[in-house]
Amino acid sequence: MSNDIKMLHTVNKSPFERNSLESCLRLAKDGSAVLLIEDAVYGALLNTSVSDQVAARTGNLRVCVLGADLNARGLADKPLIDGVEIVDYGGFVDLACEHDTVQSWL
Amino acid sequence: MADDYDDDDDGPEVVKRFMFVNRKAPYGSIYALESLEVVLISAAFDQDVSVVFMDDGVFQIKKGHDTDGINMKNFSKTYRALDGYDVEKLYVEAESLAARGLTEEDLIVDVEVLSSSALSDLMNSQDVVISA
Repeated sequence: MSNDIKMLHTVNKSPFERNSLESCLRLAKDGSAVLLIEDAVYGALLNTSVSDQVAARTGNLRVCVLGADLNARGLADKPLIDGVEIVDYGGFVDLACEHDTVQSWL
Repeated sequence: MADDYDDDDDGPEVVKRFMFVNRKAPYGSIYALESLEVVLISAAFDQDVSVVFMDDGVFQIKKGHDTDGINMKNFSKTYRALDGYDVEKLYVEAESLAARGLTEEDLIVDVEVLSSSALSDLMNSQDVVISA
């Protein structure tokens, strides 16, 4: 059944510069996962102009962020949106394996 | 023109006001690093240089970059060396900081935080504006 397909969505662009994350959050089905990588990790930060958009979906999406990209950008000391999960590269691989398809929002 | 300059140590005869406007996040693209290189090169010409960080450019000077996990060079410490090249006019747009949940305490260099309108006036007073 196509409705049972589980998707992993990856986003790699800053939500302050592109609408990739916004479109992803609009189209991702409940129960799917979103992984923020590269410049998209800024979307995981609390108290920003896009925090509410992300927080509105953490209840029905699994929202993850790549720790190495957070650390590279000096964000290890900044609070993240509640419910956002930090994963490492192994976690990235696990997410890809656990889902049927991967959609890269470039 | 060669005649515009002399070889003495008392500086160039023509000094222009240069502003470099940084608007891109670091590491995701090459813009931030390339812009920093251009600022450093410009410092060699003894011009009146201002450097602005706005929009995602404010993330370039966030404290605590640790790039070990992404196999890229951490160039954020180079911003602290700008002072040694007499590039001392660093500006940040207040609205950009606020939209990103950042404050002046999050930054690795001393900057002057300006409102959009103050930054607009400063931009308007330049001879050359280079944006990246």
